[in-house]
Amino acid sequence: MITLKDAKPGQTVLVDSVKVTGQARGRFMAMGIMKGTRLKVIKVAPLGDPIEVLVRSYNLSFRKAEAEQIIVSLV
Amino acid sequence: MSALTVALAGNPNTGKSTIFNFLTGARQHIGNWPGVTVDKKMGQMTKGNKQINIIDLPGTYSLSAYSLEEKIVKDFLLEEKPDMVVNVVDASNIERNLYLTVQLLEMGIPTVVNLNMMDEAGEKGYNINLEALGKNLGVKVISSVATSKNGLNQLVDSLDPSLTRLAGAADSKLLAEHLKAIENIKKSENNSEIADEKVIEARYEFINKVLEKSLVINEAKESWSDKLDNLLTNRVLGIPIFLSIMYVMFQATFAWVGQPLSDILDGFIGGTLTDWVSGGMESLGTAGWLQSLVVDGIIGGVGGVLVFVPLIFTLFLLISFLDGTGYMARVAFIMDRAMRRIGLSGKAFLPMLIGFGCSVPAIMGARALDTERDRRIAVLIAPFMSCGARLPVYALFAALFFPGRESAVVLSLYILGIIIAIIMGLIFKSTYFKGDAEPFLMELPPYRIPTLKTVLLQTWEKGKGFLVKAGTIIFSMSVLIWFLSSYNFSGPVDIADSLLATIGGVIAPLFTLHGFGTWQSGVAVLTGILAKEAVVATLGVIYGISELAEDAAQAATQLQGSIGATFTGLSAYAFMVFTLLYTPCMAALGTIKKELNSWKWALFAAGYTFLVAWIVSLLIYRVGLLLGLGG
Repeated sequence: MITLKDAKPGQTVLVDSVKVTGQARGRFMAMGIMKGTRLKVIKVAPLGDPIEVLVRSYNLSFRKAEAEQIIVSLV
Repeated sequence: MSALTVALAGNPNTGKSTIFNFLTGARQHIGNWPGVTVDKKMGQMTKGNKQINIIDLPGTYSLSAYSLEEKIVKDFLLEEKPDMVVNVVDASNIERNLYLTVQLLEMGIPTVVNLNMMDEAGEKGYNINLEALGKNLGVKVISSVATSKNGLNQLVDSLDPSLTRLAGAADSKLLAEHLKAIENIKKSENNSEIADEKVIEARYEFINKVLEKSLVINEAKESWSDKLDNLLTNRVLGIPIFLSIMYVMFQATFAWVGQPLSDILDGFIGGTLTDWVSGGMESLGTAGWLQSLVVDGIIGGVGGVLVFVPLIFTLFLLISFLDGTGYMARVAFIMDRAMRRIGLSGKAFLPMLIGFGCSVPAIMGARALDTERDRRIAVLIAPFMSCGARLPVYALFAALFFPGRESAVVLSLYILGIIIAIIMGLIFKSTYFKGDAEPFLMELPPYRIPTLKTVLLQTWEKGKGFLVKAGTIIFSMSVLIWFLSSYNFSGPVDIADSLLATIGGVIAPLFTLHGFGTWQSGVAVLTGILAKEAVVATLGVIYGISELAEDAAQAATQLQGSIGATFTGLSAYAFMVFTLLYTPCMAALGTIKKELNSWKWALFAAGYTFLVAWIVSLLIYRVGLLLGLGG
């Protein structure tokens, strides 16, 4: 089992489940990240965090702390 | 006949403001949503013989009340019931943008979808069939490129609720199915959290079904925006480029454009205007006290503030431009990790940067932060960013006591301000504001070239507070200081015997240990709370130079005898440090009260900064003495 945090820039993954909790969970889902969503890791910020992903054809950034709670499988 | 009310709703970065500006022109005003400090933009337009009121709702990604803005939009739509909504959608980011659209349709408000940024969608290889999209969504869909005004006349034609099809109309089979589906979820699922999630999933399913029938994506080559971004946020080059951009911005403000313009304005106000007014009043035989009031008090005081206007507006112009290009989102992306150390997110960097211009828009800029906690911390530490109004104090003292090393001394103060902000951020983070920060979730929009109109409007919105302050607080302050410095209860007197000297003398003992416990400093500190610019203006009045800072070095020569007798190099530095850190000006405190909606926090901000300034300045003076720098 890998998480989005383990995915390298350039890799495309499929979301298996979102383990983010609380109100943030709803925000992630409203932004389009949910089970079955295809994500592409674009890059990691120069200081090592946050990351940038391509989701539903737009670019979104969030921290590794949350990326670690998104379970994915490589495509 | 009652006027039509139209609300503009849409995600951030969709060009909604450009459309609002086009529709309303200059006929707009900005108010506040009740009880909160989110801007409420309203405007009017005339169509035929009809009056249309337009409300530009805050940009939101959804109507789920995840943020203050979302709650405002939702409440407005539910309670005020506008006649119709124009939903501005970024066509190049249609899938996520339609999420809000679906929520609007679920609410059953008459809606027109305006697909904006069709040019970018085209570049991205998107081929959108408007008719199919409208048919499957069950609403009227029109398209535009707002930056070049394409399609906006068609939008004006569509501002008619009878032309929108009511959401839920049987026109769209897919919509009818979706509405039924979410009704079933709500009925069958008892756990509201799980129900909410299922509804979110159902909305994206609906969107995907609609797009299957209306969107064809052709292969597109890598966009210039992506290429540019690979450079600007490059792992290795990202930070050097960021620092270079900041450097250029500050050079432009303080060396190339802003400062020279300020110098020209200063030359005019302090020279030509002063001579002209005093000459004119002389020839009219005006009483000496009135001449003194107008020339020394008002022109000296208000003029002393006005000369910073070019400086501040240059900085705000550059920041507004960078903001419009999308680079500021990258700054937040690059700086997030560093900002998190002090308990803030990367989004707090921009307000801190604005703080170097003026604390008032910096404090207002903290609105962009996601949580109440972040907003409070940012608002409390933003005043430590050395604002433009404090610069003349450093310029004067540095020229006087540290000739040849002015730049290094001034720079050291800016850096000290940043360090104190970081320390206080750390303290707040680990004490009162303990707890987990809200996750950082930020869209990185494509790079765009903002329109001149948008940049200028934003610059004006950020900078106008400073002008208002010059016309109100500074004006009355100047008159008051002039009066207090020229009179006591027995009549006109020399400044050393004036009321001002008496008041300053009461405060002075607070600073005996700091090496500047004189009535002159006391008065300057007091007036500085009303406006930081007044510190130097007050010293000018006290030490008797009417045209301050026409040239800092020249003023320094004039002041050599007078100030040199009351300050040493070390105590002058301690005084500069105190000026940097102590209580924000009245305008900033008023803004803090407004933004945090609490007198308690405003008073706390006033008190703790004074204490910090008192301690740090004392430490610097005492340690300096121990190191033998007191000479």
